[in-house]
Amino acid sequence: MSDAPALIASNGDSLREAFGKALSALADEFPKLVVLDADIAGGTGVHHFRASHPGRFVQFGIAEQNMMAAAGGMAAVGLMPVVTTFAVFCLRAIEQARLSLCYARRNAKIVASHPGLDVGPDGGSAQALEDLAAFRAIPGMTVISPADATEMALATRAILEFDGPVYMRTGRSPARRLFDAGHPFQIGKGQIIRDGGDVTLIACGAEVARALDAANLLAADGIAARVVNMPTIKPIDGELAARCARETGAIVTAEDHNIHGGLGGAVAEALAATHPCPVEFVGVKDVFGASGEPEELAHHYGIAAPHIAAAAKRAMARKTTAGRA
Amino acid sequence: MNPQPKFASDPGRSAETHLAEAARFVRMHAIASIYHAGSGHPGGALSSADLFACLYGAEMNVWPGGIHDPTRDRFVLSKGHAAPALYAVGAYYGFCGRKDSLALRKLGSPFQGHPHVLDLPWVETSTGSLGQGISVAIGMAIGLRIQNNPARVYAMLGDGELQEGEVWEAAMAAAHHRLDRLTAVIDYNKLQSDNTNGAILRLEPLADKWRAFGWHVQETGGHDITAILAAFRETHAAPQPSVIIAHTVKGKGVPFMENIPAWHGSVKLTREQAEDALAALGAGAAETRDFLDV
Repeated sequence: MSDAPALIASNGDSLREAFGKALSALADEFPKLVVLDADIAGGTGVHHFRASHPGRFVQFGIAEQNMMAAAGGMAAVGLMPVVTTFAVFCLRAIEQARLSLCYARRNAKIVASHPGLDVGPDGGSAQALEDLAAFRAIPGMTVISPADATEMALATRAILEFDGPVYMRTGRSPARRLFDAGHPFQIGKGQIIRDGGDVTLIACGAEVARALDAANLLAADGIAARVVNMPTIKPIDGELAARCARETGAIVTAEDHNIHGGLGGAVAEALAATHPCPVEFVGVKDVFGASGEPEELAHHYGIAAPHIAAAAKRAMARKTTAGRA
Repeated sequence: MNPQPKFASDPGRSAETHLAEAARFVRMHAIASIYHAGSGHPGGALSSADLFACLYGAEMNVWPGGIHDPTRDRFVLSKGHAAPALYAVGAYYGFCGRKDSLALRKLGSPFQGHPHVLDLPWVETSTGSLGQGISVAIGMAIGLRIQNNPARVYAMLGDGELQEGEVWEAAMAAAHHRLDRLTAVIDYNKLQSDNTNGAILRLEPLADKWRAFGWHVQETGGHDITAILAAFRETHAAPQPSVIIAHTVKGKGVPFMENIPAWHGSVKLTREQAEDALAALGAGAAETRDFLDV
């Protein structure tokens, strides 16, 4: 019944490095690809592309609004621009993304490193906890947040093959390796990566590894938790969410993002329309982050594995009192 | 490639005569479309009419049959609220219908309040948020150069628009990347939505600013067609991006609108105001009926 790929548990590359390496490796296959940088190529992973394809690497300096709208112009003349910067600075240029990329329906990609508490010591100012919600609200924007280096590489190819604007998160910190090369990444599709019948944990990005850890904690308490990797936040895989609601009767969403408007919002919107059931949201509770190591921050702000496990129990308790839908 | 040399090459008429007639049409058409819409920005459309005529009628290598031709020059209306003038010049030179384009700002019409490339491919990109168009133009210029395409890129900016920080990010980037095929035209009519530029947020010394940012700078009379054409010619020899600061009169050609900020914003024209404006632009009774009774 499980459609889970084999899981690999080892320390992996950061998602930003995995992205940068994948982009560089794919450059010859996608001759229209150009990469735009705002003086942080070393941080976003595209230093690999700068070294391998300097003629297709364009430096815009610390001026993200101009860079974002210029990507629209590059796409207008037939190139496929990939805008790279930190997630918070994507928010700074979101209106340029709205008008000059999405409204004009350009085949341009935004790849944002340093999302969420995963940023760590740089602190609250640098930890974008709003980007999934904000970019999800723009018509025509596809929003993706891969979970490990393997998925990052597959997603990088997928967004280059996809015709239209995309916002994709990478990540700053080393990400645990979860998937092997056969991982079935497809834009708009999630996968069950661990099966269980009592509750479903739906996660994206850094929270997928924590959801798997939470499933282990729950197993010790005799609870069989299903874990879904949901790398595409928009369009959300509503069919899979509804199936999990039907089969397990309770859902927990987990994301390194504000509890408002991100993965949890997308899943809840989908379920409200198809198969309402108890949903608990694990995320940062509408506050800003702070300096600290990512794992410390995850515990402090309530997005670590024990928090996901506790949310699962709350969701299951509601299922019991409400009765199965 | 463009099958015709230039629109302005009508036998028997000077380019200046032709372009002056085109500009007059742009003004009349913009007044008419704003009248039919019941809203729109007449001031900036009137101030930029001569610049539009020179761009589409003489300077740019664009033609109605070549709106997807890779060799065409690109124009970006960064001051998107001057859309009525863009639609009018497009109508004059055959990029869109003269009557169709009077359906400005109407539900279902492709002639939105600000240009939208999915509705009208020949407008090249969607604008309406000040500051973005010049950045899009820079992206086009860099992208064309990467592809060894010698097409030129033009962007028209408003003066109030220069208060957007993005414009100066763009100005730095264009100079840094030595985008010698990029020309920015500033419709410098000195007025913005609520008041004069000087009262809202001072722009001067404007030419010095662009010079300091590394651009080839020219100042010219924005209603002097001969001077405008000469300024465009000079840009072709510049080794860096060019800016033409065109000194214009807001509401030019319609005396009761000239230099009055209230005519900048989106306004509703009465039938009488529209008729008076067309009369001031030299429209006869038949021409006025053609524009207003559709």
